Amino acid sequence: MTGVRVGVVTFPGSLDDRDAARAVRRAGAQAVALWHGDEDLRGVDAVVLPGGFSYGDYLRCGAIARFAPVMGLVVEQAGRGLPVLGICNGFQILCESHLLPGALIRNDHRKFNCVDQRLRIESTATAWTSSYETGQEIVVPLKNGEGGYVADDATLDRLEGEGRVVARYVGDNPNGSYRAIAGVANERGNVVGLMPHPEHAVDELTGPTTDGLGFFSSVLAAVLDRGAVPA
Amino acid sequence: MARVVVDVMLKPEILDPQGKAVAQALPRLGFDGVTDVRQGKRFELELDGEVTEERLAQLRHAAETLLSNPVIEDFTVRVEP
Repeated sequence: MTGVRVGVVTFPGSLDDRDAARAVRRAGAQAVALWHGDEDLRGVDAVVLPGGFSYGDYLRCGAIARFAPVMGLVVEQAGRGLPVLGICNGFQILCESHLLPGALIRNDHRKFNCVDQRLRIESTATAWTSSYETGQEIVVPLKNGEGGYVADDATLDRLEGEGRVVARYVGDNPNGSYRAIAGVANERGNVVGLMPHPEHAVDELTGPTTDGLGFFSSVLAAVLDRGAVPA
Repeated sequence: MARVVVDVMLKPEILDPQGKAVAQALPRLGFDGVTDVRQGKRFELELDGEVTEERLAQLRHAAETLLSNPVIEDFTVRVEP
């Protein structure tokens, strides 16, 4: 154990919080369960917003979760550099919270898609991807109905220009995401949103690969580098 | 009592897969001549008392923050006569 504590938020309708917590433990950190109604982040060093269907995807995916009490704290702390990873529904919540630009809309082919997806890591300059090599290809599960990443051209150009496209789909575009974008980061690189699921690829028994572990070992390194972790 | 209606539509440049599905279904069912369909949302907000400019401004703010996502959607707010 490293003493690093990573919070995993459970919203009503979250599905992948347990897998996210398990991935955190696999990477050598302590997983701290956070509840959507919490008004305290319990001093965690990083936060994962897991996949699922928070609030039943009512209104828009992530639109209601954005206003959960815990999200006020996450937004505030993210502004001060707290590493935050939003996976799938978590990515949608980060976009709705305006922590990340753009939005996620229904897949262009209109079907729910569940595949082992090849991705290319485009940026390792984030708190969640430093364990990878730039250009490295990984395979992790992808499962979404509303995973099409959209933003206007100016925003997309800016993201590409600033190296904030974190991961891109390799091969057929699985959901119509503009420029095949699978994940993006904020300017500082501490907030990352990702549509595919690295937390489902941390164990050979249950995942297609263990390629996803790098996201969780990256944040461990990022937190330890900051030296902010009590022994 | 008053009713305020908020209509939310995807911005024209954002792909609307649901609208597309409806557009494709129409001719299959024999409804011809429809060239495009865009699907949106309509919210009916029931208010107690009068609609003042101040309350309308509040509701516009609600439409902007919760009822729509301004990154991908446009909205209109109107008082139902």
